Amino acid sequence: MTTTYGPLSIWAVVGVVGVLTFCIRYSFIYLFGRIDGMPPRIEGALRYVPAAVLAALVGPAFVDPGSTVTATLVDDRLAAGVVAAAVAWYTEDMFATLAAGMLVLWTVGGLL
Amino acid sequence: MPRVPEDLRAGVRATLPLWLGLIPFGLVAGIAAVDAGLTPAQAVGLSAIVFAGSAQLAALDLLASDASLAVVVLTATVINLRMSMYSASIAPHFAAFRRRWRAFGAFLLTDMSYALAIAEFADREEPRSSGSRPQADDGPAETPNGDAQSGDDTADGSPSGTDTVGSTRRWRYYFGAAITMWAVWIVTTAGGVVVGTSVPEGWGVDFAVPLVFLALLVPELTDRPQWLAALVGGSVAVAGAGWPLNLGLVGGALAGVAAGVVAERRAA
Repeated sequence: MTTTYGPLSIWAVVGVVGVLTFCIRYSFIYLFGRIDGMPPRIEGALRYVPAAVLAALVGPAFVDPGSTVTATLVDDRLAAGVVAAAVAWYTEDMFATLAAGMLVLWTVGGLL
Repeated sequence: MPRVPEDLRAGVRATLPLWLGLIPFGLVAGIAAVDAGLTPAQAVGLSAIVFAGSAQLAALDLLASDASLAVVVLTATVINLRMSMYSASIAPHFAAFRRRWRAFGAFLLTDMSYALAIAEFADREEPRSSGSRPQADDGPAETPNGDAQSGDDTADGSPSGTDTVGSTRRWRYYFGAAITMWAVWIVTTAGGVVVGTSVPEGWGVDFAVPLVFLALLVPELTDRPQWLAALVGGSVAVAGAGWPLNLGLVGGALAGVAAGVVAERRAA
């Protein structure tokens, strides 16, 4: 299935999405440069953004709710995630974490 | 021969584990674009200008089925709304950069560049507090924040120990990482356009991306509210994994932040 839209429409979409996305990205960076620092409440909340966002990005990649509890827990990605998390905790080494995660993914994935 | 600043190289190096996921993703972006009927120029232009994988793929899907242009634009934009959180979170660190660099830095802000940068910045020093006045341009530095690492490159000539050095170093790290990923994204998209549909699925190398995010998440879990923010954020995101427009991600992030704030108040 291909689009019937012509080049003008395509480039218009590219341009508009590009501009809007840039506005989203620039929003607070621009604002923060103009005002005298953020209200302390917002700043307090911002402290939790990295952990919350990273967890939200990571969660669905490792946990795939199945129809049963067993189906959910006996999963190559979840196993890989648990091991990788442990490796990350103890070694704080990016490549060790990656290697461990991929290894578990392949071995458990191969076994299941 | 001028030396490439240490921090720039560090930023570029930091992206390497992400290439494992970025390359297949970029290839897919290129393939999907031509499959949807875009010309090579449009395909690469989309990646270069929008620079947001999931939004691009969603837009391409809609374009291929001739959805109305308004829907295409709206969908892609809503998917990218999560970046407002990255913007807010990283803004204090960008405050000391010059305005044009702040804008360019904003353009390059993605899940990956944000995650790498925020992990690195949190490591080095505390962000500016609301008490100090952020500089809009490269003016005189505010109260020294004491950069923890000494003896590194200070070739910009600024007196060491002031925040100007810290912010220059942070900018170089961020720029090194972000521009590298942008370049990889564009090149792999072009690669995908050329290669066409003959890319094998297997090996699950795209799993490397969540692994990297996991590796970045773990050091953030320094106290109980952070743990809670992560647990709640992750759980809500899992629950909302099927929701359209990445709303599970946004919902999870917001819930996680709320959980962290509540936990902090309870502890106080």
